[in-house]
Amino acid sequence: MSTAHTPDRPENGRNDDPQDRAPEHGHAPGQGQDERAGYKTDADSPAVDARDTASGAQDPAAANAEAEAPSRVELPEKQGSAGAIPQFDVTLQIRRYNPEVSDEVRWDEYKLTMYGTDRVLDALHKVKWEIDGSLSFRRSCAHGVCGSDAMRINGQNRLACKVLLKDLDLDKPITVEPIKGLPCEKDLIVDMEPFFQSYREIMPFLVAGGNEPTMERYQSPEDRARFDDTTKCILCAACTSSCPVFWTDGQYFGPAAIVNAHRFIFDSRDDAGDLRLEILNDKEGVWRCRTTFNCTEACPRGIQVTKAIAEVKNAILSRSM
Amino acid sequence: MSTPLKARISVPRSKDLEVNGVKYNRSSSRRNNFEMFAWLFMRLSGVVLLVLVFVHLYVNLLVEEGGVHAIDFGFVGGKWANPFWQVWDLLLLWLAMLHGTNGLRVIIDDYAEKDRTRFWLKVFLFVTSAFVILLGTLVIFTFEPCPVGADPALLASFCTAG
Repeated sequence: MSTAHTPDRPENGRNDDPQDRAPEHGHAPGQGQDERAGYKTDADSPAVDARDTASGAQDPAAANAEAEAPSRVELPEKQGSAGAIPQFDVTLQIRRYNPEVSDEVRWDEYKLTMYGTDRVLDALHKVKWEIDGSLSFRRSCAHGVCGSDAMRINGQNRLACKVLLKDLDLDKPITVEPIKGLPCEKDLIVDMEPFFQSYREIMPFLVAGGNEPTMERYQSPEDRARFDDTTKCILCAACTSSCPVFWTDGQYFGPAAIVNAHRFIFDSRDDAGDLRLEILNDKEGVWRCRTTFNCTEACPRGIQVTKAIAEVKNAILSRSM
Repeated sequence: MSTPLKARISVPRSKDLEVNGVKYNRSSSRRNNFEMFAWLFMRLSGVVLLVLVFVHLYVNLLVEEGGVHAIDFGFVGGKWANPFWQVWDLLLLWLAMLHGTNGLRVIIDDYAEKDRTRFWLKVFLFVTSAFVILLGTLVIFTFEPCPVGADPALLASFCTAG
């Protein structure tokens, strides 16, 4: 399997079928964008008379494209009018592990030609789809919402779908590893069970008693704002797997569980805050936080994780005193 | 309609969960306030220690002429003749030792991966800390610069001068 890739392969792959690949990846090849002048907006082409003649010449083609449109997704060509998308070579070093073949971990290197609009996830796709199909990683929405593709990119926990290649130092190889502290199952896939177990333990759901309203439970904007930051969590595990305390033995609840407890503890509609504080007042609870801020740095949603943990600490303290 | 809250919560709190023969349970849930008080103690003792340590340094090194060279057996003996400095040094000793011991305990928790390693490192830590604390306390309270009936040749000059 591993012999399937050679450094010069990416160029071959790209020449296979540029028509099919280009729209899917979102990068127009750069030449030929004037063929579809009909799609240009006024803002994109200040030279009105030039556009008129061009569109006049291309009208039949544009009409054609429109007729068969329903089955095709045409990406707007205006990117092209702003100039060609820069193209560069990147070297990707991926940590490979397949327990069915060997217990040894190895690092595979791939040389790819990528574009300025590409993310690390696109590079991984390119490897998997065109070079080595045995590469395994999780991804679902690919747009930074589902939280599936957290991985260690150049030693930092990031979502592969949110890191643009052009923002990395391309002179050096880009290293991609699975997130740390959770058992690796294959390549970039880890067993998330310890992570989700901590999550389940803090009861991540609304517990509300009292008189049940017939409609929704009302909350003032101020009360809602109290825990707004921690509602943004997508459970990608980037924070928990960046925490040095969690790396030791995986017993610590971890930032993600505490963030999600915070989301309910400070929710004015929730009644089980005390219970959650009790759960987190554990030997492995909030007191193991050393405020190294790795979690805050790693969070792809920009949640102030360490601050949330500190607020839970204070809540436990003021409840006990 | 009104049932107690806890009874109403039937939660998937995932005890005894086993995946592929691996148990991911938290080793033991120890829910008392010890960790909370330890955390609080570190903060409070840290603030108090700042005052204790810097006053200690100021009095020992800057008030007297000669700095560190002025500190000798006689200096310490003179200081501990005053109950104020006895209490001050006792506080300094206990807070610094407990603060440091708890810090090391936390570091052992964070860096030792096996429970057995953890256990023995902590036993060693607690025994040595207890030894230092007790010995220090004993010295502060029983310190006698001019013991009666000792060989005059071994005593400090100010014992024989008076």
